[in-house]
Amino acid sequence: MRYLLLCFCVFMSSVVRAELTIEITQGQDNPVSIAVVPFSNEAAELTEDIHGIVMADLYRSGRFAPLPAYDMLSQPHTAAEVFFNEWRAVSVEYVLIGRIANDGFGRIRTNVELFDVLRQSKILEYSADGGVLEQRDIAHAVSDAVFEKLTGMPGAFSTKIAYVSGKNEFSATSVSYNNRLMIADVDGARERQLLESSQPILSPSWSPDAKKIAYVSFEDGRPAIYIYDLATNVRQKVTAFPGLNSAPAWSPDGRYLAMVLSKSGNPDIYVLDLESRQLRQMTRHYGIDTEPSWLPDGSALVFTSDRAGQPQIYQVDMATGYEERLTFDGNYNARARVLLDGSGIVLIHRSEGYSDYHIALQNIARGTIKVLTATVLDESPTVAPNGSTVLYATRDGGRGILAAVSVDGNVKYNIPSSARDVREPAWSPYIADHKFFLKK
Amino acid sequence: MTSSKMKVLGVSLAALIAVGCSSTSTTDSQSQAEAEAAAAAAAAQAEADRRAAAEAAARAEARALEVEKNSLETVFYFAFDESALSAETRAALDAMAAYLKKTDGAIRLEGHADERGSREYNMALGERRAKAVANYLSIQGVDRSRFDIISYGEERPAMMGHSEGSWSKNRRAEVKL
Repeated sequence: MRYLLLCFCVFMSSVVRAELTIEITQGQDNPVSIAVVPFSNEAAELTEDIHGIVMADLYRSGRFAPLPAYDMLSQPHTAAEVFFNEWRAVSVEYVLIGRIANDGFGRIRTNVELFDVLRQSKILEYSADGGVLEQRDIAHAVSDAVFEKLTGMPGAFSTKIAYVSGKNEFSATSVSYNNRLMIADVDGARERQLLESSQPILSPSWSPDAKKIAYVSFEDGRPAIYIYDLATNVRQKVTAFPGLNSAPAWSPDGRYLAMVLSKSGNPDIYVLDLESRQLRQMTRHYGIDTEPSWLPDGSALVFTSDRAGQPQIYQVDMATGYEERLTFDGNYNARARVLLDGSGIVLIHRSEGYSDYHIALQNIARGTIKVLTATVLDESPTVAPNGSTVLYATRDGGRGILAAVSVDGNVKYNIPSSARDVREPAWSPYIADHKFFLKK
Repeated sequence: MTSSKMKVLGVSLAALIAVGCSSTSTTDSQSQAEAEAAAAAAAAQAEADRRAAAEAAARAEARALEVEKNSLETVFYFAFDESALSAETRAALDAMAAYLKKTDGAIRLEGHADERGSREYNMALGERRAKAVANYLSIQGVDRSRFDIISYGEERPAMMGHSEGSWSKNRRAEVKL
């Protein structure tokens, strides 16, 4: 019951702000118990629930079980007010307290302190500040700091997602299509529309500095690859060859764009040098080669090919052009994304003898495949920059939604949209500078 | 038809007026002129009839072509992850090729996939399906340069359901006539 009530509170805090919402469907067996005590506030400009956002972030990670406020014996705001035996009594392992204030120069500052109840000591002091429009950024920065302190892994709460939302309307006489290219905070808040078209939009891909998004749009009636500059809102058409112009993927150094072109007769992987505009053909096979994804060091591309009769994942070495097959387990393996530590790939997987499409993780060294999801029409996996979570597209009650699963498969949550089909998520890299996201 | 009748009437009227105004001394030249006029009228009539017949034939042919066009299958379905043409599709494409060879101009071919699996792989699959249709038609004698091929992958389903009933209708190539 406590779990349900908390779930409801967290859910409500985000539902009023965003078209996308979060619903945890499966949490970790033994989440860390943390009390996120309501922060004190002296900033008149405050319009966002910074405390609620921090609590929702930690909860959504699945690694934490935040204590409901009504179970707190006290609500301290300073270190002197923290009595460890009170928190031990309600089985809390960590206590986070915070104070929000105006810094006197129109900026909102949040100071937080994190305590280890068992060791009875303060383990983190952190402060974040920002303008009125940056309240959610402040909250996510706090979440990132707390998450990193307690898990040893950087938080990814301050990152963004790009995705496509669509609405197809079928009537007796006609079908109308509407598609939008969107970005939002990773919790679904602060959605921003980059493009709207009756023609298909596909495959958003972030530049490594998170300032640009490459994507495919049919807005001229044919597929072309574009780059959208988020700071200037200027779009640039990159390729529009005859045939497919598809699946752009930015190299880790930002200089190259891997893509799929069928201008020579069938789909092959190419790499475009964005500076020299030189195009290099990486695969030459009469089968379908598509969906390139870079290894983190840029030394090779993994891609989908049906050269063996069914889609499987292959790898091509950038220096030598040497190709090898990576997946052997299952009769449909496609759309791989490489984990940032290079240890594995997440992909769409269908097992031998089954008809369902799941997200799976393949360990590259061992070649073993682990299915992460239980839904049946899963696609478009994308990995958080800290490697903790995989976001993907699936269907829920006839609607296209985004869902997330931790790479260990233990934590799952859905991000349903209120009115439209949502698909093709792309998780941004870490963002060094959030300022340009505030521009419309 | 009406205008050619009017012409004939005009020529005959001119001949009558010529008769009424003439004197007896010019009878020979009068009769010669009458004969020439009658011959010209007959020739004009013949030409008009020939033209009318040709126009009627062309119209009939266009009507027949339209009927033929309307009788053609334009949507061809595929098995999952396949671009092989079924026997029914080949038979339907034979009729399509026979029709297309009587026409000219660009032929738009659209390839589609069902929603299962990955979107960009399905984009490639849709292209392969449209190309399978183009290849078959070109073997049947349709000029390959007329084909305008575009794949929509799974982005433009014909049916919105999420089971085989809809999927089988979404795995398709369409010839846009």
